[in-house]
Amino acid sequence: MVFRLSRWAVALPVALALGLSGCGSGATSPASEAASGGDAKEVTVFAAASLTGTFTELGKAFEAAHPGTTVRFNFGSSATLAQQLVQGAPADVFAAASPATMKTVTDAALAGAPVTFVRNKLRIAVPADNPAQVDELKDLADPEVKVALCAEQVPCGAAAARALAAAGLKVTPVTLEQDVKATLTKVRLGEVDAALVYATDVIASDGKVTGIEFPEADQAINDYPIATLAKAPAGEAARQFVDLVLSRQGRDVLTEAGFEAP
Amino acid sequence: MTLRARLVVNRPAFTLDLDLHVAAGEVVALLGPNGAGKTTALRALAGLTRMSGGQISLRGRPLHTLPAESRPIGMVFQDYLLFPHLSALDNVAFGPRCQGVSKAESRRAAAALLERVGLAGRASARPAQLSGGQAQRVALARALAVRPELLLLDEPLAALDAHTRLEVRSRLRRHLADFDGATVLVTHDPLDAMVLADRLIVIEHGAIVQQGAPAEVARRPRTDYVARLVGLNLYRGTADGGRVKVGELLLHTCEQFDGPAFVAFPPAAVALYRSRPDGSPRNLWRATIDGIERHGDNVRVHLDGPVTAFADITPAAVADLDLTPGQRIWASVKATETHAYPA
Amino acid sequence: MSSSAPERLDLPGPRREVSGRLPWMLVLPAVAGLVFLVLPLAGLLIRAPWPTLLERLAEPQVLEALRLSLVSATVATVVCLLLGVPLAWLLARVEFPGRRLVRALVTVPLVLPPVVGGVALLLVLGRRGLVGQWLEASFGITLPFTTAGVIVAEAFVAMPFLVISVEGALRGADRRFEEAAATLGASRWTVFRRVTLPMVMPGVVAGAVLCWARALGEFGATITFAGNFPGTTRTMPLAVYLALETEPEAAIVLSLVLLAVSVVILASLRDRWVSAP
Repeated sequence: MVFRLSRWAVALPVALALGLSGCGSGATSPASEAASGGDAKEVTVFAAASLTGTFTELGKAFEAAHPGTTVRFNFGSSATLAQQLVQGAPADVFAAASPATMKTVTDAALAGAPVTFVRNKLRIAVPADNPAQVDELKDLADPEVKVALCAEQVPCGAAAARALAAAGLKVTPVTLEQDVKATLTKVRLGEVDAALVYATDVIASDGKVTGIEFPEADQAINDYPIATLAKAPAGEAARQFVDLVLSRQGRDVLTEAGFEAP
Repeated sequence: MTLRARLVVNRPAFTLDLDLHVAAGEVVALLGPNGAGKTTALRALAGLTRMSGGQISLRGRPLHTLPAESRPIGMVFQDYLLFPHLSALDNVAFGPRCQGVSKAESRRAAAALLERVGLAGRASARPAQLSGGQAQRVALARALAVRPELLLLDEPLAALDAHTRLEVRSRLRRHLADFDGATVLVTHDPLDAMVLADRLIVIEHGAIVQQGAPAEVARRPRTDYVARLVGLNLYRGTADGGRVKVGELLLHTCEQFDGPAFVAFPPAAVALYRSRPDGSPRNLWRATIDGIERHGDNVRVHLDGPVTAFADITPAAVADLDLTPGQRIWASVKATETHAYPA
Repeated sequence: MSSSAPERLDLPGPRREVSGRLPWMLVLPAVAGLVFLVLPLAGLLIRAPWPTLLERLAEPQVLEALRLSLVSATVATVVCLLLGVPLAWLLARVEFPGRRLVRALVTVPLVLPPVVGGVALLLVLGRRGLVGQWLEASFGITLPFTTAGVIVAEAFVAMPFLVISVEGALRGADRRFEEAAATLGASRWTVFRRVTLPMVMPGVVAGAVLCWARALGEFGATITFAGNFPGTTRTMPLAVYLALETEPEAAIVLSLVLLAVSVVILASLRDRWVSAP
């Protein structure tokens, strides 16, 4: 490493400023480091599965704006990601689908102050042909209607429970899925007549699933917090990525996908 | 005639093609070297090997059109193939059970058969707990339990040690004598064949080379293989009255006939001399000693010369004659010791 | 099985010689392999919340999930035996065109990610699946979200273990015993039932044990095809996964239960079959 720094003396002050941490990745070529003025690294982002489409797009935009920097994503269930972070997985940014999961990480003093960047509302998702003719939340309480919900342990399940409680409805689902994508799959394949999923998931389903808005959804809005991690190896670049998510450009991409501004 | 068969099986190595006729109560042994097709013939009879041609009829009914399980046969396999997970009794009861006999009745019949082969006390033993001879008897009982019209035995004594073999052979002979159907057994052991069979069929390269009563085959071998089996020196030549010309040697015999002929004589009939003997026996030739080996209580001398021959002499004679390989020597055989017969 | 006590006594010399020196080239990796397999289990044991263990175990959901797991894995194994043993026989004993391809297809569930297997099952047996549609219309049967669905998913994933094991045993079995049975008048079915099957029984048992263990641990195909609902489809692995989302300690407890039950059952089966005459 010393050898490299001495050859590329230009990069030295920047590297020092960033605490030398970025050089550890060693994946970037000296040429691109020079071209971007030494701002060359890899940003690792852990993000909730529901952010897959939008964050991938933002990652590309970020790479275009910061040549030589690559953004790597680990998408998954927020709770799983939080567990991985607590167990020491190296990452720069964490974007969670619920404050509760973010709290696991901040409680462990692993992340800075989280900022809510979007909110996601629930929709009733029904197959495109809506076989059970569902059009409001109370239809889900009909025992003839097969309903899939997320398990309460995951954010979409907690939100669904809050919405149903707000409406004073008792719904017996046929299944409690482990994440929102699995819930949506059951609707797409027509295995259930209805499910409660996020608005973004309905939009991402390309018309295979119809989303129905319902007033009680306001009682169960899901906030998405984002934070840089305390030991972020990418340092400054991590903050720049969070800035992009919070920027006008970031907000446009997210609302396009069905998220709502906080 | 109970069994009439023409068996044709094409194999990459050889073609088996033989006619087989066995009367009720008759025991026929198929004798031949390894790879001659004996076992293939037996499997074809059992329906375990598909025939390329020919037909089999048993008591006038066609057999070759039936699958193995529908043929009225009983088979004893070379290593018996007793079912390892069943007791001796259940092994024997297996066949009757398959024929639809009730469990109790099958077991009764099996117990009776085990008693007949002298194994009543071993009914509950697993095959792994039986000695070789006992397993052989269970296998025979199992084959007989289906009341077969045709009994097939594949090398029934080959898996036994020499001592057990002697005892099992005589027992088997008694059981075969009691059996009223046709029996075909396969063996490469001439003694088994001689003792057990009423008639021998010698097979070489998939075809019958000789058949007849055991004594007949033993006395008049027609191939080198049979001659070796029965322990005779055998030559093919041309007879002219009381002499047979074998290559350059003229052998005097007692039989009077003309034409192609075999001459056979036992090795013990050959006398050896260091120098030309007085009195000049008529069958005398000059030979070279090719090898000397022990043969039972005697010594067998391999002779090369106008004819190759074996000579059996006593150890004392070897010492007296001071025989060594490569040595030139005189050999003679009396005309009365030879046996000539038309080829 | 065939080696009986008297035979063993015949060969005392060579056996003792062989066990003289341990080849470290084998022993070292063997020990490393054992440590690699056992250490994660030790991790579970060390990190288990022992003080609250009993309290957590007494929760009705745990017993419910355990009961469901045991019942569904056992029924799935029976289904695998009924379908898998004949399939193994077909692959081992009957020549037919495309047999190699069929043999490869049988192992598909082994390489397929179980979640994909679950989706595939939905596409065929789901409410709108190729066969499922007809099942519902004709008989009013729907498999997803039912315990029967759990069994279907587990059987799908676990059957290759049984088929491969039994097929191997069938190929290794001496076919001449079957010929001997045929000469005694046994039909092919009788030969299979009374000769072939008893002779390959150790292979069948080994396959069934593997199959059962795989079914017991099944997660992906089950949650995808059968869903997840307490009492009907939430088996232990599903309960473990969900507990992991919020309460890792609870997940550890559930895993320990699964572990203890399977170790007890597998060990007792093994002893029984190894010591059998």
